[in-house]
Amino acid sequence: MAMNVVVCVKQIPDPAAPSSLDPGTKTLNRSGKLILDDSDSYGVEMALQLAGNVEGSEVTLVSMAPGGEVSGLRTALAMGAARAILVSDDSLAGSDALSTAKVLAAAIRRAEPDLVIAATESTDGYTGTLPVQVAELLGLPSVTFAKSVATDGRNLKVERQTEAGYDEVECPLPAVVTVTAGVVEPRYPSFKGIMAAKSKPVETLTVSDLGLDASQVGWAGARQEITDVSEAEARSAGEVVVDEGDGAERIVAFLEQVKVV
Amino acid sequence: MDLSLSEPELDLVAICRDFAQREIAVRAAAAWEEARCPTDLLRQMGELGLLGILVPEEWGGIGMSTVGFVAAMEEIGRADQSVAAAWQAHVTIGSLPLCLFGDDAQRERWLRPLAEGRALGAFGLTEPEAGSDARGIRTTAKRRDGGWLINGRKAFISNAGTDMSFGVTLLARVDPLEEEEPRFASFVVEKDTPGFTMGPKLRGIGWRGLDTRELYFDDVWVPHDHLVGDPGMGLSQFLRTLEVGRISIAALSLSLTQAVLDLAIDYARQRVQFGKPISKFQAVQFKLADIATELEAARWLTYRAAYLRDAGRPFRKEAAMAKLKASRVATWAASEAVQIHGGVGYMLETPVARFYCDSKVLEIGEGTNEIQHLVIARTLGC
Ligand SMILES: Cc1cc2nc3c(=O)[nH]c(=O)nc-3n(C[C@@H](O)[C@H](O)[C@H](O)COP(=O)(O)OP(=O)(O)OC[C@H]3O[C@@H](n4cnc5c(N)ncnc54)[C@H](O)[C@@H]3O)c2cc1C
Ligand SMILES: Cc1cc2nc3c(=O)[nH]c(=O)nc-3n(C[C@H](O)[C@H](O)[C@H](O)COP(=O)(O)OP(=O)(O)OC[C@H]3O[C@@H](n4cnc5c(N)ncnc54)[C@H](O)[C@@H]3O)c2cc1C
Repeated sequence: MAMNVVVCVKQIPDPAAPSSLDPGTKTLNRSGKLILDDSDSYGVEMALQLAGNVEGSEVTLVSMAPGGEVSGLRTALAMGAARAILVSDDSLAGSDALSTAKVLAAAIRRAEPDLVIAATESTDGYTGTLPVQVAELLGLPSVTFAKSVATDGRNLKVERQTEAGYDEVECPLPAVVTVTAGVVEPRYPSFKGIMAAKSKPVETLTVSDLGLDASQVGWAGARQEITDVSEAEARSAGEVVVDEGDGAERIVAFLEQVKVV
Repeated sequence: MDLSLSEPELDLVAICRDFAQREIAVRAAAAWEEARCPTDLLRQMGELGLLGILVPEEWGGIGMSTVGFVAAMEEIGRADQSVAAAWQAHVTIGSLPLCLFGDDAQRERWLRPLAEGRALGAFGLTEPEAGSDARGIRTTAKRRDGGWLINGRKAFISNAGTDMSFGVTLLARVDPLEEEEPRFASFVVEKDTPGFTMGPKLRGIGWRGLDTRELYFDDVWVPHDHLVGDPGMGLSQFLRTLEVGRISIAALSLSLTQAVLDLAIDYARQRVQFGKPISKFQAVQFKLADIATELEAARWLTYRAAYLRDAGRPFRKEAAMAKLKASRVATWAASEAVQIHGGVGYMLETPVARFYCDSKVLEIGEGTNEIQHLVIARTLGC
């Protein structure tokens, strides 16, 4: 059965580039170019593989990002997604995870998905709360920490990573699933994919397009407030152990001390 | 003069940089030890579109400009010269004869798989007794039973013996050996054709991952539709492909020079002797400044030759000059970069030593530098 798969794609400041906090709002400075969060490349790949198995299936990307940013979306479109929905609006500045979930849920609803895929947690915010909030708002079942995902178009079969191994979980579609890194190996966008992505449709929506009230989102709607930011403790220099024949024992002793073994 | 790259060219460079750094560079040391053609990487490059870089989209390629190819090579070659060497041999001499001179049926049958990255292309010109003197080849093709019977031997043929190889396009004489004005033609010989065998992979000083072998043809019969292009025009066809091959070797040389320059700068800033980083010694600084300057000179000769080809203008002289200059700069720069590294630069554990080993062949392949001199001198009226 042909499926409409939606992937949540977060566009984040390049983790390899120097980053800064806005001293006023104490939030991450997102004014530079944003790129596809590596964590989401797994969701995109998973979606492409599931859609690729069934003729007529399609992958739609949904993202919320400031400044009309599409760079990260273009990367995911180049991998093979068909279209994207971007929500970008000045009133979204200061959105916490719940407001973001409201916005994304409204955007996802428009795409009428059979399956929604997100990453377990983002690289920059990593609260790991957004996808389940989206599921709740959409009234859909959610399965988290998937290390493998399969579907026949009606049901979802997930191997859910646990500390001891994995659980086998089944649930009916539509549903929300979050995938871990390693669920599949993301492809590199090909040259043809990048060229094709330039002309793929990206629908840009505002908060009012989604029928949301600006007072529910952004600084106005945030229930989360950053009260203080402090410097992380500097890393201490570490200890150099010279091997005098007892190197192995000292390593074991150290590992025992930090309770790894 | 605007020498900036176009948007598609920049996109291609970004793909190549990302792939080269994330997939190729990390494998370079192990690949050297294995001394085996890393066809898994080449297949991945095929999926990105890189194996059909100079082939029009119509035949499964991406129809990139020559300038874009040079820029892409700068990224791939910086990560590993063996992969880059195999790639460029496939892209130029391995694919272009079919692309430029094949008919549509041949392009569909052999070029498309090459361009789409499903197979690796090879070209066989050199023979044990004929290298620089291409007209001296002794491999013959005689009309027989509606096809051609091929006999002879090819030396130093790259990309024909891997698990991804489709066979070889080779050059043979179509007239008897004793003929004064011999005519030459190109033929496709697919692997597993009866009578087509090959020797073991040869072990070079560098380019350890490149699969280069001797090929043997004993009464190899191919149907007439395996003849590529005009019978009798084979040699000039091949010499035309070699002109692009020279730009390609020049680009490979640029990538090597950039790589050793980067390594030497890094090392010179770290290595402390007599109480300061050796980059503070003028003798070392001048070496680095010289390499950087010569690299820029070679770079613009190479991009200009590529630009002329893209503009549909003659580029034989410029390609020969680019190859001559860039390969000289590369071998010299690699030697200087090893010098800057001192003893550690001599050890194959370091990348700079591997690049040093890889550099020499740049002065030999696709026409030795003496032959480049001859080509250039001829255009000067000598
Ligand atoms: C105080 C504050 C201010 C902020 N200001 C802005 C702002 O001005 N503009 C802005 O765009 N964002 C802003 N953000 C980011 C915010 O919208 C996050 O996207 C949201 O809080 C989700 O948090 P997370 O990254 O921890 O998500 P997690 O729950 O860790 O994310 C899990 C997965 O959900 C999906 N996901 C998460 N966020 C998005 C997204 N935005 N779009 C698509 N998929 C997503 C991804 O698949 C992600 O991997 C702000 C966040 C905070 C806390
Ligand atoms: C790693 C590698 C891969 C190769 N891959 C391929 C391949 O895929 N396909 C292919 O067909 N060939 C390939 N070759 C062969 C290569 O093109 C030849 O080695 C090259 O053209 C030189 O030919 P030769 O080795 O016979 O040297 P020779 O022609 O014998 O030259 C020996 C020396 O004499 C000099 N010399 C010759 N003639 C003159 C002259 N008239 N004036 C001045 N000096 C002269 C040469 O410059 C050289 O210094 C490869 C070679 C190598 C090393």
